[in-house]
Amino acid sequence: MQKRSIVPIVYILFLMLPIYWLVAMSFKTTNEILSGFSLFPQTFTLENYATIFTDPSWYWGYINSIIYVTINTVISVAVALPAAYAFSRYRFLGDKQLFFWLLTNRMAPAAVFALPFFQLYSAVELFDTHLAVALAHCLFNIPLAVWILEGFMGGVPKELDETAFVDGYSFPRFFATIFVPSIKAGVGVAAFFCFMFSWVELLLAKTLTAVAAKPIAATMTKTASSAGYELGLLAAAGTLTIIPGAIVIWFVRNYIAKGFAMGRV
Amino acid sequence: MKTENQKAWFFVLPVLALVAFNALIPMMTVVNYSVQETFGDNVFFWQGLDWFQQILRSDRFHAALGRQFLFTFLILIIEVPLGIAIALSMPRKGFWVPVCLVLMALPMLIPWNVVGAMWNIFTLPDIGLLGYFLNHVLGISYDMTQDPVAAWVTIVTMDVWHWTSLVVLLAYAGLVSIPDAYYQAAKIDGATNWAVFRFIQLPKMKTVLTIAILLRFMDSFNIYTEPFVLTGGGPGNSTTLLSIDLVKIALGQFDLGPAAAMSLIYFAITLLVSWLFYTLMTKDDLN
Repeated sequence: MQKRSIVPIVYILFLMLPIYWLVAMSFKTTNEILSGFSLFPQTFTLENYATIFTDPSWYWGYINSIIYVTINTVISVAVALPAAYAFSRYRFLGDKQLFFWLLTNRMAPAAVFALPFFQLYSAVELFDTHLAVALAHCLFNIPLAVWILEGFMGGVPKELDETAFVDGYSFPRFFATIFVPSIKAGVGVAAFFCFMFSWVELLLAKTLTAVAAKPIAATMTKTASSAGYELGLLAAAGTLTIIPGAIVIWFVRNYIAKGFAMGRV
Repeated sequence: MKTENQKAWFFVLPVLALVAFNALIPMMTVVNYSVQETFGDNVFFWQGLDWFQQILRSDRFHAALGRQFLFTFLILIIEVPLGIAIALSMPRKGFWVPVCLVLMALPMLIPWNVVGAMWNIFTLPDIGLLGYFLNHVLGISYDMTQDPVAAWVTIVTMDVWHWTSLVVLLAYAGLVSIPDAYYQAAKIDGATNWAVFRFIQLPKMKTVLTIAILLRFMDSFNIYTEPFVLTGGGPGNSTTLLSIDLVKIALGQFDLGPAAAMSLIYFAITLLVSWLFYTLMTKDDLN
């Protein structure tokens, strides 16, 4: 143990405190929470979790979120792969402007788009479907996926492409069997980021759904306000939203630092 | 060297189509609203640039914009140096590296309204961990629903908790890319820690720090869900940031014209400041 490792330890403790409190709260009864302060659950209960796993209006929130996040991740990465290849290998008319324009979509406040999105997706009759949320999240996830993949592709020497073409590979075969596998870390990282930003976004997901495709995060806000102060239930639902993120992050742990740098280190 | 190839456009067409569908149509809707007045029933009147003038002159807009700049300023001057300091003190290799990275990234993977709700529970004066500790152990009177200063400290702390790891991970990615030979050379030259930081580590982190500052600027300037859930803009209007005010006007009062004009001004400011940051930070590379 070096002396300087105290800084990351203190920082991680600071990060874990609110999470600990959320998890501890989820194992308390509403009575215990409101009756006063206790550092650990005194009357340990799984009732809050039982409510969530037995009530369809709760657990369908999770299923809905996972469905639209998965659709979004697949679409975003699939269309971003060829585009990132074009940006990393070729010069074409308007390429820089196009790349910049894609990035500007990350700068638009989601609040600006809430109402027009509602009207647009109602007009094309996709309102309250998983596809609507998945497509809407493409607004910020596709530019991000292009950015990350382009960074990783820049690290692959051009000789790889040229050798493959000399060896008689067709472009689609080269792309699918040689090129994409050579940047699979980048694909994993891009998929992780699409998952992450689609999972944490709520404003658009809430605006575009009513019942059938309602995300878990929206279910939480509604039930918490109508049932008064059911803090235990709210904490249990919140705890469960952390788990999918924690699982996917474990798969990309060795690439995560490079991934956050959009592949360009 | 890249080759010139106009057929590359076919590769970007799907991306272009999907993003344009999501970006251009809603943007045109906003532009459309911003120059018209409506009293419902889909009847619209041409209004010209009146809404823009009204927004730009309104005290309410100036106040929200001022709060927004203050918030973003605090976020940048706290999170960027703190993130660099933490990245510098992290181990470079070994078992603990992935563990640290995963734990640090965890806050960023929590849905934004859950972040708000979590901090709400955490800071409740008598039954939250932080609220109880401040009020009953340290004896500092703390209630963010009453005291604007406490509310500000809370939303800034929440954002530091939520996003400092982004700066840490980016700076760390820059640091691990520095070859050991650089440090050995510095040691032979008898360089001080400060000199190593200033002339080796900082230049190597420059690209990633540019990304970090840009992302933190854009995201903190557009922040909505977390402070909305935590404080709802209060007490009073003390934490009503720009996007919270915008949603109040658009969906609360249903004043579509002014809200649309405000959206466009808001977007223009974000673009302008991002462009300024980007130009300033990459100026040396161009020369």
